[in-house]
Amino acid sequence: MNSRLSTELQNEGLKIRIGPFSVSVQSQLKTVLLGMEQLYRDYPSLDAQDFIDFHVAIKAPGGLRRWYHPQALFYFDGRQPFKPLPYSQAFAFFEWGLNWCFAQHSNQYLIFHAAVIARDNKAVILPAPPGSGKSTLCAGLIHRGWRLLSDELCMINPQTGLIHPVPRPVSLKNQSIDIIRNYDAAAEIGPIAHDTAKGTVAHLKVPHEMITLQEQTAMPTWVVLPKYVPEAAATLIDMDKGDMFMEVALNAFNYSVLGATAYDMTADLMDRCHCYRFSYSRLDDAVKVFDQLFEGKV
Amino acid sequence: MQTPLLVDCLLHPKERVPSLSLNQWDLLIRQARQARLMARLSLVCRENGVWDAVPEQSKAHLLSADTVAAKQRQTVDWEVHALSKALSRIDVPLVLLKGSAYHIAGLDAGRQRVFNDVDILVPRELISKVELTLRNYGWITGIMDSYDQRYYRKWMHELPPLRHITRKSSLDVHHSILPDTARFHPDPKRLLADAVCLDAQRNIYALSPLDRIIHSATHLFHEGEFENALRDLFDLKYLLDEFSGRDAQFWQKLTARAATLDLSLPTFYALHYCRQVLDSQIPQDTLDALRGASGVGLRKSAMDFLYRRVLRPDHQSCDDGFSGFARWCLFVRSHYMRMPLHLLVPHLFRKAMQPDSKG
Repeated sequence: MNSRLSTELQNEGLKIRIGPFSVSVQSQLKTVLLGMEQLYRDYPSLDAQDFIDFHVAIKAPGGLRRWYHPQALFYFDGRQPFKPLPYSQAFAFFEWGLNWCFAQHSNQYLIFHAAVIARDNKAVILPAPPGSGKSTLCAGLIHRGWRLLSDELCMINPQTGLIHPVPRPVSLKNQSIDIIRNYDAAAEIGPIAHDTAKGTVAHLKVPHEMITLQEQTAMPTWVVLPKYVPEAAATLIDMDKGDMFMEVALNAFNYSVLGATAYDMTADLMDRCHCYRFSYSRLDDAVKVFDQLFEGKV
Repeated sequence: MQTPLLVDCLLHPKERVPSLSLNQWDLLIRQARQARLMARLSLVCRENGVWDAVPEQSKAHLLSADTVAAKQRQTVDWEVHALSKALSRIDVPLVLLKGSAYHIAGLDAGRQRVFNDVDILVPRELISKVELTLRNYGWITGIMDSYDQRYYRKWMHELPPLRHITRKSSLDVHHSILPDTARFHPDPKRLLADAVCLDAQRNIYALSPLDRIIHSATHLFHEGEFENALRDLFDLKYLLDEFSGRDAQFWQKLTARAATLDLSLPTFYALHYCRQVLDSQIPQDTLDALRGASGVGLRKSAMDFLYRRVLRPDHQSCDDGFSGFARWCLFVRSHYMRMPLHLLVPHLFRKAMQPDSKG
């Protein structure tokens, strides 16, 4: 690997823009270089003179750890907010660590734990606990006409009520990795980390055109709580707005930090959006239902 | 050593802030974040008419810190309210220490300050009663082995840290401001006797202004960890600036009170470093008097070497080749100041054998 990207990564740091954030990433670890080459080559690069929001690095400890149960360390501006992880999870560690940086230090937004996709700048918010198939659904839909705003962080601007995209690679777990690989030949998947706390994990590249639209905000229009149910037909049913309020508020990263502002924003969001529960088992069926949703035929 | 950018900008915002390049802003935000002074920086920029000179990218970080600071103020208000309610059941006044006292008293030092926990002081003879009452209101000691429990109860000047069972907030209940085993022996009865009322209806008190300064100084110069050292020194500077302006006899009274409490040494260090690191205006005769009373002697140049390295943002850009060494020396010193060697050595030995814990 001798590309400009990997040279910068290994030296002063690769400086790129991801949504509203500027990030500098520094690493000499092979799997990180590989993952970055595959999944981050399309992000706009920044100059040495630019302001950087988050300086992160992934390193390996020295000494015996180089050979005995090798590890990866995540640094945020010289500090380690997390305990080390096995070396094989280095790239996933970067993804999780950077998510944490964004979620912890960006209280200028209200941030829900949810995926966001949009068409014509009308956004669907997909809040969901882990294991609900949110990421798989999101990965499928972005290969069928929907634009990815984020797989994890639904960032809403308190002044405008609009959602700001942070398009990062979509995290896929276990069987989902093969499901998405087989679903679309264009799907590009990065390094695979086995035996993580979440099982086998890999990340899906954000299609280039969605990165070029990463400054385009979207209007929250639908909130859909998805659930993967084996063998189920794709069904969308109305959900009580009060229940949905609790669902998103309890899964927010900084609801309590924003306090009354968060309450008002969430209430306003519920007023403006249609709320549904959605169960599905096959991606193609899900795509049809989301097409109908967009066309107003639901 | 060069003045850190953060210190320069907090002290001279009008001169420094408008001329910063984007690169310097990048560094300033990082130093402010690690020093936990970002919300204060935001306040300083606004109040000195340089907010409009802050680039949008940096504003986002300052606004985010403002939001956290507002939330923390609300949390502290609520904790203080709950504590005053609990202690009123047993007619014990709520005496706030450190950050929460600065905030509730409406002092400049409490504005946009980040809090770790709430600290309170209660008379030693009431400590068990207070602990029991607080437990009934949901404050319990965290998981801790029996050695740690015993260590706190036998040697420390506070209960093991309490945590509220539903709100998860932490609370330190002190019966003194230094351990009994420490080199200095300030009498907590004197501190309580001079405490001033902040809210008569809710029975809320703080140490007297002089004692607040002396306690803050004692805390900083017995502390073994330095992540917040610069923030704590700024606390002292703001307290000194505010209180010295209110009383013409302030400096003489401070010197006398420090001697009464057997705390001339930490008070001397506090004033000396406020002047050296933060350009505070401290009368020379006050420094001379405190220095004389503290018996600091020749140690001062060694201490300067060490403290000038830790009273900086705890950020890599502010370190030199001796920073790690300085932190280590002062960590050892802090333990030595708190415990005589025949107690300290067995304790540290035990802690060293026990991974993942802190002495």
